Amino acid sequence: MAVEKTPRQAMPEQPPLVRARNFEEVPLGYTAEQAVAEAGRCLQCKNPACVQGCPVNVDIPGFIKHIAAGEFDKAIGKIWERNSLPAVCGRVCPQEIQCEGNCLLGRKGEAVAIGNLERFAADWERRHHVCELPSRDVATGKRVAVVGSGPSSLTVANDLILKGHEVSLYEAFHKPGGVLVYGIPEFRLPKDIVGAEVACLQAQGVSLECDVVVGRTVTVDELFEQGFNAVYLGVGAGLPKFMNIPGENLVGVLSANEYLTRANLMKAYLFPEVDTPIPRGKRVAVLGGGNVAMDSARTAMRLGADKVSLVYRRSREEMPARKAEIHHAEEEGLDFQLLCNPVRYLGDDKGRLTGIECIRMELGEPDASGRRRPVEVPGSEFTVECDLAIVAIGSGANPLLTRSTPDLPLNKWGYVTANTDTGKTGKKGVWAGGDIVTGAATVILAMGAGRKAADSIHEYLTWGW
Amino acid sequence: MFTIVNREEMAGGTVILNEIEAPRIAAKARPGQFLILKANENGERIPLTMAETDPEKGTVTVIYMVVGKSTELFRRLGVGDAYQDVIGPLGQPTHIEPGKNVVCVGGGTGVAVLHPIARGMKQAGCDVTSIIGSRNKDLLILEDKMRLASTDLHVCTDDGSYGRKGFVTEVLKEKLEAGGVDQVVAIGPVPMMKFVSLMTKEYGVPTMVSLNPIMIDGTGMCGGCRVTVGGETKFGCVDGPEFDGHQVDFDELILRLRAYTEQERCSHELCKCEGRH
Repeated sequence: MAVEKTPRQAMPEQPPLVRARNFEEVPLGYTAEQAVAEAGRCLQCKNPACVQGCPVNVDIPGFIKHIAAGEFDKAIGKIWERNSLPAVCGRVCPQEIQCEGNCLLGRKGEAVAIGNLERFAADWERRHHVCELPSRDVATGKRVAVVGSGPSSLTVANDLILKGHEVSLYEAFHKPGGVLVYGIPEFRLPKDIVGAEVACLQAQGVSLECDVVVGRTVTVDELFEQGFNAVYLGVGAGLPKFMNIPGENLVGVLSANEYLTRANLMKAYLFPEVDTPIPRGKRVAVLGGGNVAMDSARTAMRLGADKVSLVYRRSREEMPARKAEIHHAEEEGLDFQLLCNPVRYLGDDKGRLTGIECIRMELGEPDASGRRRPVEVPGSEFTVECDLAIVAIGSGANPLLTRSTPDLPLNKWGYVTANTDTGKTGKKGVWAGGDIVTGAATVILAMGAGRKAADSIHEYLTWGW
Repeated sequence: MFTIVNREEMAGGTVILNEIEAPRIAAKARPGQFLILKANENGERIPLTMAETDPEKGTVTVIYMVVGKSTELFRRLGVGDAYQDVIGPLGQPTHIEPGKNVVCVGGGTGVAVLHPIARGMKQAGCDVTSIIGSRNKDLLILEDKMRLASTDLHVCTDDGSYGRKGFVTEVLKEKLEAGGVDQVVAIGPVPMMKFVSLMTKEYGVPTMVSLNPIMIDGTGMCGGCRVTVGGETKFGCVDGPEFDGHQVDFDELILRLRAYTEQERCSHELCKCEGRH
């Protein structure tokens, strides 16, 4: 078949040694010719497995068919039917375990580059502005408060505004976007894109208020008193985990949340042009193996580090980061210290970090997660010298909002208990989704939860609890 | 935007008072809680404990010393100008137990934070002895307000230019020796809080301090404000800002507050140069 002869179009990228010193986006995006060629590889399956792999069920063959025909405006319209943040998802979804992981072509060769095509369609639209915003249903007079403005909240806001409800977004930070703005770096997701997506929602009538910490500035019950008919909680996980080993409060040990928030939200990489400083480590150790660890490591390189080491207690196969990120980080010169666990931080008499004592690990029997459990190798202690350590070992549930809402049922780890299919919580009129329900996960899973919650909220506003 | 409706200079212009329009925060704020303020688009998020709130007027008041670029930018804002962002109220409010015999110790701009707490305690029927101090007479702030908020007020200056010559701890020691003190509240420079806490520990008098560590979000998300309290790591923003002074590792706090000294100096120097244009 002809389709097999066309190879997967490679994404043009900045060369590793150039990009490792700047904050510009790494992949440059397909040209129109590349996009059409790549779209032509799609088999247009009758029962597309890719769609089942997508948490928001985008009609993938449908939009790809339009790209193949050069109908880029129709392609983005098709995506918008199911996904309001395609420019974001095309960049940050773990496609290899979702849509592309299910692609039939991937069984024998390379899957269709669905993520790259989605990104192409969204970027094309942002440059040309030819598509009309989806139309809004007749106003219902119902009001919904959406707490947080990350991916799940933006999805809820989008879906409910189109259904004719009034939507108010409340953001605790001074800028909207949640993790898309404070967590994911500029070189992976340019902040202008998030800004454009939020502006698009505002153009559709969503109201946005920043600097409002729900739980402090206003409580959930007060939102109801103010006349809101439903409240969606999409506040994220937002509690940094630390190793709880000696020396963790030395100057030079930062949570990835702090490091990335300084770099991304506060744009501290531009210091002293902006006022927020960030430690510029010469030798940097990043603890963890997920996307946040990769983002931290690559940020440290761009801030001028001589050497950045990733300290991870399992092996490469177990690393939860997106494949493309591991690959990019390695190309940029990241040093992998795998099967290696920190024991204590070492400091000088000024309370500043000088290194981390680590111990080698080997893989034992599989644990509850199905991954082989790392076991310490006795007597294998060694020191990773560093003046900056970034702890990227995950997040827990931030209790700030939940403690101010005593009748909201939580699980034993402090996450909000919500129905998987509807996002309904145990408190009347309140829905929740994203990381505050599931624990730290991905942008697209949060969006999937937002979609289900929006459907359920709409049903409630129409028919009752 | 959060407009400044009243502005005063104190201590020879080194300390500034800003009363800011923020009705939603004013309605919720309790003594001891703090705000995060950001002057403009490129500004830093700076935590400041509130000195006053007026729910009827819908305003909150902060009093700060000009020490670096961010507070210098704050200083340049006049009445009618606005902070781009004000977030709050953050942190736990002061726990006030009625009818106690309390000594409130304040140093420098810490007196501004101490004032609403002393007043709240007096209103709750506490006997409030306050001891406030500064390096010299010109740097002393809020003496009249503290006098109203206290049953008894003592003023000290390091150089003896006003009130009693010496440190606040000297007066405190006399009060502790005399006995009958149920609680001490100490708010001011970290070394002052450290030495007050060391002294009161000897006398077994519970002591509350209010800390102002480096932080970004103020909601428990960044963990930059870690302080060791009783051997455990606490977050200044959500567990504090007030802690048991006998349990706080002040030496660690002092080192952590110096984390960005170099950058802060660089930023401030550049800002001073711009200011001269």
